[in-house]
Amino acid sequence: MTTAPVVPSSRETVAIRSENLCRHYRMGETVIRAVDGISLAIHAGEFVALLGSSGSGKSSVLNLIAGLDRPTSGSVIVQDRDLAKLSREELAKHRLHVVGMVFQSFNLIASMTLAENVELPLRFAEVDRGQREARAREALERVGLRARMNHRPSELSGGEQQRAALARALINRPQLLLADEPTGNLDSHTGTEIMDLVREFNRLLGMTVVMVTHERALAERYAQRMVFLADGKLVDDRPMDNRPNAASAAAKGVQP
Amino acid sequence: MKLPDLTDLALRNLRESLLRNSLTTIGISVGVASLVAMLSLGTGLQQLFSRRLAKSGLFDTVLVSSRRELRGMGRDEERNGPTPGESRVLDEPARLEIERLPNVLEAYPDIRFVTELRYEDKPHLTMISALPLSAKSNDAFDGMQGSFFSSDSAAEAILQKSFAEELLGKTPPLGATEPNIADLAKPLLGKELTMRYAQRAPGASPPGIAGSSSGDGSLAAASYSVVSREQKLTIVGVSDLDPESMRGPTRAKVFLPLRLAQSLHVMLPTDLREISHTGDQPVYSSISVRVKNPAQVPAVEDAVKKMGFTAFSILDASRSLQQVFRVLFAFLGIFGSLALTVASIGIVNTLVMAILERRREIGIMKAIGASDGDVKKLFFAEAGAMGILGGIVGVVMGWAIGQVINFGTNIYLKSQSFPPEHFWAVPWWLVGFAIAFAFVVSLISGLYPASRAAKLDPVQALRYE
Repeated sequence: MTTAPVVPSSRETVAIRSENLCRHYRMGETVIRAVDGISLAIHAGEFVALLGSSGSGKSSVLNLIAGLDRPTSGSVIVQDRDLAKLSREELAKHRLHVVGMVFQSFNLIASMTLAENVELPLRFAEVDRGQREARAREALERVGLRARMNHRPSELSGGEQQRAALARALINRPQLLLADEPTGNLDSHTGTEIMDLVREFNRLLGMTVVMVTHERALAERYAQRMVFLADGKLVDDRPMDNRPNAASAAAKGVQP
Repeated sequence: MKLPDLTDLALRNLRESLLRNSLTTIGISVGVASLVAMLSLGTGLQQLFSRRLAKSGLFDTVLVSSRRELRGMGRDEERNGPTPGESRVLDEPARLEIERLPNVLEAYPDIRFVTELRYEDKPHLTMISALPLSAKSNDAFDGMQGSFFSSDSAAEAILQKSFAEELLGKTPPLGATEPNIADLAKPLLGKELTMRYAQRAPGASPPGIAGSSSGDGSLAAASYSVVSREQKLTIVGVSDLDPESMRGPTRAKVFLPLRLAQSLHVMLPTDLREISHTGDQPVYSSISVRVKNPAQVPAVEDAVKKMGFTAFSILDASRSLQQVFRVLFAFLGIFGSLALTVASIGIVNTLVMAILERRREIGIMKAIGASDGDVKKLFFAEAGAMGILGGIVGVVMGWAIGQVINFGTNIYLKSQSFPPEHFWAVPWWLVGFAIAFAFVVSLISGLYPASRAAKLDPVQALRYE
């Protein structure tokens, strides 16, 4: 990428803050409390894993941070903006410029080539065509897919598709990477490759990463902090020894 | 999203479901084709009528008569204007003045008289009128036998079919089949007619009438004598149609070249009435004024009225005909649009199906930053692209249908020995209008699907498999 690695923001700067965040759904007579009063602060440059069994509300929290969904009550403040108070148009801008997302099922558009998929957010950002192509090429190069840029997603392996999805998440140079079970559909070897890339973005580009997973081992290996959810509530929040300045991290090294 | 990107994405999406979108587009094409076919038939018919009417010389002609003509057509003006006795005389200076008006091609006097024609020593009494050379383009002479006058002053005559029948003693009984025009013309063309007429001989005032008056110059100039004359005429043509069918009982059956008729100084009924005004100069009962095109007829009419004459044109009557065409046009347009309306339902259906199919894709686009407006515009662009493509194909189809029908009808006309006609016209405005109309109808059809796609909840859409 042309962007020089962003100087990691001070750990004291809060990137995401939620106050008594609730997201309730109504299903007929019953109310489902997917997110039920979560208060949380995530610092800029942090790598946080959200853990919990299925239905614990971890994906709902991620969607609220991404601005894909709105809270029923409470607030979620990202980069000093309360998403609950933004218009639909402003939320779209938030998703376009502030957030990059990757999903378990990759979510590439099947009818487009990798290059077209990766540059799609730039079209929404109204970036000129020439610049778009150059940036898509760079992003694909960063994830090792330069040679495959004119292939369609169906012609690629799961790992390659997820790498393309990562390239797309990076293309608008967001400060926040939100990953929803990014390795859920991948074998452990490929999953590791993807996680190494995510950690690279976190460390070299200074991106704040919030990853939803139910694989505790993965979280322990990569995340700096684990947040446990159950029934829409925060049940545990513990820091890990995965800080970049920790000796263990230095020993593992960073993929160039 | 910028327009080129939008168009690019829309066309790509249309290509993805090629069959379905092609079928929808063909639906629009058929709708546009029917609209174009209907409206071009209307336009073509209108143009055909206008051409026919223009050729008939009725629409670019203003008929001028003096208010002294008591049976004049402008009765209102007679009541409001000067009394007939005070108003202007329609003489040669007046004719020249009218001819100098802007946009006037020619102003020729209506020379029309009843006299005796002898053919093979048998007398026939009939109405004769004079025609300028420009009357050659009158479609009454389209199917005529023989030829038009060789010059403006040739001693030639053209007969109307019924007079030819009379000369040959072949007048068919009522209801019987009419004799063939070629059979009528054959024995007559090149033959000679002798016209006997009363000439107003200028200056030859008989002594004792003008001379006995106290030497008053104006009175002396006003007197003339009437002399019986003969003029030999060669029959050069026989016309099938009646060029004066509009004139009713005063219509002529024999036509002479205008200059010849003027040089004969035939005694006209007006000469008697205007005896106090006329010297050498003839006085006309009416003058026909040919205007450059029908649009200028009202202005010329006004100018002539200001000069103190009565003016009348058939254009006044044609206004109601234009009204009829407007109604016909509206009806054809409504019927043509029906198919397009049906096609627009096809667009709605196609796009709603596309939303269901591309639900996940819409969710993805929203997740990576597409706004509601982007999604809405994308669906609009797809609807619009189908509309424009369908419109272009439809115009071509409509034009082709018209050509085929035109061709087929002309074969039929030819078999019935009618001249070919072009009654199918696709003017440029119709091409533009049809494509624009298809575009607008498509956009309207896209309204609902586009807003539905834009409102899609991305969380739901991404969950949907």
